[in-house]
Amino acid sequence: MIPAEFEYVAPSTVEEAVQALDRAGDDAKVLAGGQSLLPVLRMRMADPGLVVDLGGIPEARGVREDGDTLVIGAMTSHHEVMRSELVRGHAELVALATRTVADPQVRHRGTFGGSLAHADPAGDLPAPVLAMDAEMVVAGPSGRRTVPAAEFFVDYFTTALDSNEVLVEVRIPKYTGWRAHYEKFNRVAQAWSVVGVAATVLVRDGAVARARVGLTNMGATPVRAHGVERALVGSPPTEEAFRRAAVHATEGTQAGSDASAEADYREHLAEVLTGRALATACG
Amino acid sequence: MTATPVSPSEPELGRARKRKEDARLVTGRTRWTDNMTVPGMLHMAVLRSPVAHARITSIDTSEARRMPGVHAVVTGSDIAGQQGSLPCAWPITEDMKAPAAPAMAVDSVNFAGEAVAMVAARSAAEARDALDAIDIDYEDLDVVLDIESAARDDSPLVHEELGTNRNATWTFDSAEAGTGGDVDRALRDAEIRVDRTFRQQRLIPSFMEPRSVLADPTGEQYTMWSATQVPHILRTMLAMTLGKPEHKIRVIAPDVGGGFGGKLQVTPEEILTFLLAERLGRPVKWTESRSETMVSGHHGRDQVQRLSLAARSDGTVTGLDVKLLADMGAYLRLVTPGIPILGALMFNSIYKFPAYRFSCTNVFTNKTPTDAYRGAGRPEATFAIERMMDELAAELDMDPVEVRRRNWIGHDEFPHTTVAGLTYDSGNYEVATDRAMEMFGYQRLRDEQLRRRQTGDPVQLGIGVSTFTEMCGLAPSRVLGSLSYGAGGWENSQVRVLPTGKVEVVTGTSPHGQSHVTAWSQIVADRLGVPFEDVEVLHGDTQSSPRGLDTYGSRSLTVGGVAAVHASDKVIDKARRIAAHMLECSSDDLDFSGGRFAVRGTDKGMAITDVALAAFTAHDLPEGVEPNLDAEANYDPENFSFPHGTHLCAAEVDTETGAVRIRSYVCVDDVGSVVNPMIVEGQVHGGLAQGIAQALYEEAVYDDDGTLTTATFADYLVPSAADLPEFHTDRTRTDATSNPLGVKGVGEAGTIASTPAVVNAVVDALRHYGVTDVRMPCSPQRVWRALSDARSGSSTRSESGGGLGSMDDGGGFAAGSHGGAR
Repeated sequence: MIPAEFEYVAPSTVEEAVQALDRAGDDAKVLAGGQSLLPVLRMRMADPGLVVDLGGIPEARGVREDGDTLVIGAMTSHHEVMRSELVRGHAELVALATRTVADPQVRHRGTFGGSLAHADPAGDLPAPVLAMDAEMVVAGPSGRRTVPAAEFFVDYFTTALDSNEVLVEVRIPKYTGWRAHYEKFNRVAQAWSVVGVAATVLVRDGAVARARVGLTNMGATPVRAHGVERALVGSPPTEEAFRRAAVHATEGTQAGSDASAEADYREHLAEVLTGRALATACG
Repeated sequence: MTATPVSPSEPELGRARKRKEDARLVTGRTRWTDNMTVPGMLHMAVLRSPVAHARITSIDTSEARRMPGVHAVVTGSDIAGQQGSLPCAWPITEDMKAPAAPAMAVDSVNFAGEAVAMVAARSAAEARDALDAIDIDYEDLDVVLDIESAARDDSPLVHEELGTNRNATWTFDSAEAGTGGDVDRALRDAEIRVDRTFRQQRLIPSFMEPRSVLADPTGEQYTMWSATQVPHILRTMLAMTLGKPEHKIRVIAPDVGGGFGGKLQVTPEEILTFLLAERLGRPVKWTESRSETMVSGHHGRDQVQRLSLAARSDGTVTGLDVKLLADMGAYLRLVTPGIPILGALMFNSIYKFPAYRFSCTNVFTNKTPTDAYRGAGRPEATFAIERMMDELAAELDMDPVEVRRRNWIGHDEFPHTTVAGLTYDSGNYEVATDRAMEMFGYQRLRDEQLRRRQTGDPVQLGIGVSTFTEMCGLAPSRVLGSLSYGAGGWENSQVRVLPTGKVEVVTGTSPHGQSHVTAWSQIVADRLGVPFEDVEVLHGDTQSSPRGLDTYGSRSLTVGGVAAVHASDKVIDKARRIAAHMLECSSDDLDFSGGRFAVRGTDKGMAITDVALAAFTAHDLPEGVEPNLDAEANYDPENFSFPHGTHLCAAEVDTETGAVRIRSYVCVDDVGSVVNPMIVEGQVHGGLAQGIAQALYEEAVYDDDGTLTTATFADYLVPSAADLPEFHTDRTRTDATSNPLGVKGVGEAGTIASTPAVVNAVVDALRHYGVTDVRMPCSPQRVWRALSDARSGSSTRSESGGGLGSMDDGGGFAAGSHGGAR
């Protein structure tokens, strides 16, 4: 478990980080907490010539408000995210999903942006971010650009980030007053999700006014369950309505098969867990 | 001389003493093998085969040799003349087929993970880097993975030279042995017959400390530190395997972080570090990564179990037939072929079966070798019979506890000679079961189960019963001899009272987490009447504890602890002679208690600590008494120890997702007399965790190419405290009659009993849907599929049965070489 030799830099600004990546071409990896990268390096599944550690960049860390938008710095630790009053008040779904990530040690080291940029289909944070129509602020050599979450997740472990770009922060419209639940199904406490369902719902006047649902590990990227959302809006928040809406959970999914679940079982789980996520959110 | 007053104190035996070991361990003042650094030491890294079965056509090490820091790159052909064949100490039959087992592959590889080259370098990082520069070409051979097809005559072969994949067939028949009746007749005359096939999945011993070896050839003796359970066996086997003089080898097992049987081994890497260090004339250290443990450390379990049980309609069992296929993996390691045989005499468990027959065929495959894993043979036996007893209960629509009551040995029937020929010395299954049912709230849970069934609750409740006994405390040497085991089962201890009255206890057992230092201190402190703190326990170094057979099979206390008792008693006998001489009385007039010899009927006496000083000065010793207060004892047990217990599990099964949640777990174990209840509790808790892990979580999985796909803890699911229920434990006590402490082994009890309790609970929750088995581990997907299949009317046995029909005509069970102990 010894990584191959690499150069290490720890820039103190986003711009310095981008320059370092740009110089290295494809031969660099970004260290953003290291809870996925370090195992990968130690098992020599990757051997970059350069590791750029974003841990020393103050700008990339912390949670703030910007009008109707909540801004989470990419280097904010999971622990900070789940404890943040701002996140809990305006993006409860993110706080709830983050609570299910791994264990306390990992949550103190691992970061919000690191998880998103890693884009593990079994990771718990992409689905909530997708469901909530977040925007990803990306810095590159020619400045900053904003990528909608729906375009950010491209494939297995692949995002819209170029090799010389870093994720700086994530902008999430405020979901103040929405109810939320992240229903995670895994084999043991520390294991990745077999399937996860991220749901947040606004109930007004005894009916579902708006709904956002995202699915974890039902394809190469997180999947937005538009069919479920459409079926819900206008319905009363009842178990029956949730069950009827959950039937649409697998629309647009491309569930894979692996050691913990074959595709048909995953699809079955997605439906059951969607019903449960909605019921718990509104319960 | 006046006697030192000794205040009567609470006896040490039975006290929940905090462990002497822990202050040092939890503050990091540890001596793991990997912590060791000696002058001039080089680091070794091992290149492992990525393929399961192939010929090695070429190896190019030239680039690796030029890498920075590299001192040597060595391949199998470089050491072919020196490495010998890794020892297998348990040839279970005279005609057993055994392949040569090189520490490093020479011209072919037989499992993915087998060592193919090694590097010595200045740093561990440089050694690791150089592995990537070694270029090896392989010519693929047919990969043999499935145990049942491997057993057939038309299977491709793992070892061409053996002409078969079948290692041996070992049989026992109570009719032939004269210990019981004829199984065929029992099956023919059965009023009820139950036939089932179970699959024991392959498991990986997940000890916390990875294996590590440091070999130092620079001293007068060749010294090896190793994270091993068996330093004494290792020393002898190094000498025998490599043809080295035994007296020139010293083996040290320093702090060792767990083993569970996984370090009951003479490993390829122990041979390789030895040879590399010898070749270079410098110390060499190797420490593995977790994934190396998982692909190359030996695995456990992996059996197909086919059972037929005959019974009367009142629930009385009249006969049991057991046919096993056991997966050896690619090679025979230290006791590989004997592991299933350790279960051979336990399928009848606590029951009075009148007829019993057992047959096991061992089979080679292109997988990591199997060997001992906590329980070793006995969990497999207990699982199978406890599943069968629940199946019989279901067939008869009888309560599973009642079925067991009708068959078990009554408390007034001990000692009892079983249909397998073992003599159980003591036990009381009734009282343990009654206590467990009371703690569990058995009837209340049955009522809730019925309610949930009637209301169609999506979460169903199942209740699993497991009663068990096991043969442990390995073992009477004569019995091991009759089973063709290559060594004895005795144990050694020395007790030395130092001039200042402090005591050194030497034990030949070798702890790796079991608390020997604390427990042996309690035993000897009580015996000699000295303070607990005044006892030091020495172990794990062939120089300080030269004789012993190490730690496995729940043997340390029941054999090694008893040896310490005998050595203590010899010390007391010697001290009595000296005391009598000094007190000018007959030794028959001396009473010994609380560390003091008192002259009966007088106020005269002296403490054993004063006797020790007198023995040391030797100014005035009686005729023929040597000047010290030391004694040594070798103890060979007369029988195994037979702990027993009743385990009850309530499991909630989510019928929508297949998820299983253990709602309540109660176990009442009887391990006889207890030295330290806190240590016993720890053994039970850890054992339960491992047994439950087999039932629900752990499985070593190979893909079609023979690559282990569960080679990290991300894929091989070891449960943590967060995944396990609260354990409600209690103990009943029937002392062993076979040893002076009355103790029985506890190291494996929890592991053995818990697996069937959990699986029985899962099946019980789903039985009304038509489910009769769920293959282990009972993952949510497997539970969900079993339920879906049962609801749709298709067989749930297809997976769990594992192609039973093919076994019948394939000859896997029937053919092969018959022999072995009868």
